[in-house]
Amino acid sequence: MPDPAALYHTVRLIRRFEQRAIELVHSGEIVGGIHPYLGQEAIAAGVCAALRPQDQITSTHRGHGHVLAKGADPARTMAELAGRATGLNRGRGGSMHAADFAVGILGANAIVGAAAPIATGAAWAAARTGADRVVATFFGDGAVNQGVLLETLNLAALWRLPVLFVCENNGYATSTRTEAAVAGTIAGRATAFGIPAATVDGMDPEAVLAAATTAVAAAREGLGPSLIECVTYRFDAHHTWEHAARPRYRGEDELARGRSRDPVAIQGARVPAARREAIDAQIEQVLDDAVRFALESPHPDPAGAARYLYADGSHTRAGAL
Amino acid sequence: MANLSYLKALNRAIADEMARDPAVCVLGEDVGVAVTNVTAGLLKRFGPDRVLDTPISEQAFTGFATGAALAGMRPLIEFQIPALLYLAFEQIADQAHKFSLMTGGQAKVPVTYLVPSSGSRPGWAGQHSDHPYSLFAHVGVKTVVPATPEDAYGLLVSALREDDPVVVFAPAGAVGVRADVDLAALGPIPLGLGRIHRTGTDVTVVAIGQHVHDALAVAEELAEEISVEVFDPRTLHPFDWTGLGASLDRTGRLVVIDDSNRSCGIGAEILATAAEQLRLTAPPRRVTRPDGTVLPFARALDLALQPNREQLRTAIRAAAKSTWEA
Ligand SMILES: Cc1ncc(C[n+]2csc(CCOP(=O)(O)OP(=O)(O)O)c2C)c(N)n1
Ligand SMILES: [Mg+2]
Repeated sequence: MPDPAALYHTVRLIRRFEQRAIELVHSGEIVGGIHPYLGQEAIAAGVCAALRPQDQITSTHRGHGHVLAKGADPARTMAELAGRATGLNRGRGGSMHAADFAVGILGANAIVGAAAPIATGAAWAAARTGADRVVATFFGDGAVNQGVLLETLNLAALWRLPVLFVCENNGYATSTRTEAAVAGTIAGRATAFGIPAATVDGMDPEAVLAAATTAVAAAREGLGPSLIECVTYRFDAHHTWEHAARPRYRGEDELARGRSRDPVAIQGARVPAARREAIDAQIEQVLDDAVRFALESPHPDPAGAARYLYADGSHTRAGAL
Repeated sequence: MANLSYLKALNRAIADEMARDPAVCVLGEDVGVAVTNVTAGLLKRFGPDRVLDTPISEQAFTGFATGAALAGMRPLIEFQIPALLYLAFEQIADQAHKFSLMTGGQAKVPVTYLVPSSGSRPGWAGQHSDHPYSLFAHVGVKTVVPATPEDAYGLLVSALREDDPVVVFAPAGAVGVRADVDLAALGPIPLGLGRIHRTGTDVTVVAIGQHVHDALAVAEELAEEISVEVFDPRTLHPFDWTGLGASLDRTGRLVVIDDSNRSCGIGAEILATAAEQLRLTAPPRRVTRPDGTVLPFARALDLALQPNREQLRTAIRAAAKSTWEA
């Protein structure tokens, strides 16, 4: 087990990053809102702690935690959310598409389930060159009902690919309860294809890390994919539009119960108070700098709006003469 | 008179048709709590047997609706975002659309696919901002893009009564529109019939979806200078060529504003048909998205790639001045 303080640092960084981002949504600096990762921090932290720098991930619409845990710069991530030229994607991607290939982030994806085959293809391409690389793909409970995810489980198992399927079961797909949408079980989806599956406490960073470490080791040994289902709870809105619209699909009692097990508190309790306070202070500094960097960065130039459309830099016809 | 919002008009159309016809049912993600507002109150009023919250399984529930339609139901599917049509494209373009012909007329597939917010929404970025109505018109699925609350009501009612599959796109840029309407006068509006929102004698502007409102604003600004007729086809397939032809008989000049990618967008079809068959006294023009557009996240970049009023004004002025010889 690595230093509990390292895991604490990651969950706390994600927690505070999301809270700062929500402030910027409310102040209008982040346009279009975000899908907050609050409550699910242990999963990104635990899984990414089991990965090496050369390993890769794909992420989801609720992706800031994954991106930060894999090592993206908080300042450039915040700048991306604010649509600035200095952002990870030069302001082209925003909250749902944060990508940083330099640290192994193949991109967040706004289509539920769509990233799993992409991760699996990347794992195959790496494996066939003999590269020592595992690819972890994050997805929600909602994604396990997408045909493409099931098709991907089959491919990954059939070809024994070094993929880690990480399902974050936060109880809901938007307003739809997991039990109302999933027949059978999530782990059972994997075992049906002969893929080992574990269901773990997704509120405990060390429990996630332990499961991910086992799965990643198996992948590195050539034993093929694994799935871990991390049982968690979404503390905040599906998307920040809920802060105004307030759809009613879960009660206050349930929310209080769900929030009573907090991954930041759970991991924090494993770190001496003085160390924790030092980490907290350092994170505040990093995030103050990140927000300042984001808001002081230039907006991208509209003259280059169609730039990067094609990899060869070619341009197409404009929309008006 | 009541002040009717576009979304409420869609909601009312579905509720009225569900009340009138027990075969009408609703399928989609989060339709129970109505995250898009379009299905508000339907679960309570009609029950879970007719308002079904689905898992996130677009391909399956789209094909499921085809089967239910073959067995006598009239399903409406709500797709939360336009990109979900891509996931279900085979089920619509290759299955639902083809049943009637392939079965030699034995089968009909009355399914309505509703996208309650199509096109760019601030901050939703590349994968949520397409406005893919031209794709469906190209395939030949009946395709409707209402611009106003009355039209949203009337066209959705007609779509639900159609015996063929119909895709209804509510443009994100129009769903905020409200209108004072006489609720008692709301009724079905036939598919395939355009609407002249403003008469004019110099230039016909064909405007689609949210751009109807832009065209009306620009026509008003230019009123002293150029007399602009604003024609909203409302249905893109089948298209009201007769209505457009009559307008061009008056003006002879055509500008289209279309929130599609330029190449093979419906604007291209309108220009081509006008050039082939209708009266044009000057080269037609169109204002579209650029070829192959992927809308970037940052707001200024996103706006830079969408058709806008400035471009429309320029195109109208150019069309008004030019002739084939010039
Ligand atoms: C294929 C697809 N269908 C629908 C949507 C709209 N949508 C965005 S997030 C979401 C819920 C996803 O739930 P889950 O996979 O459990 O992830 P969570 O939001 O809980 O993190 C839905 C339905 C989408 N983006 N992609
Ligand atoms: Mg979920």
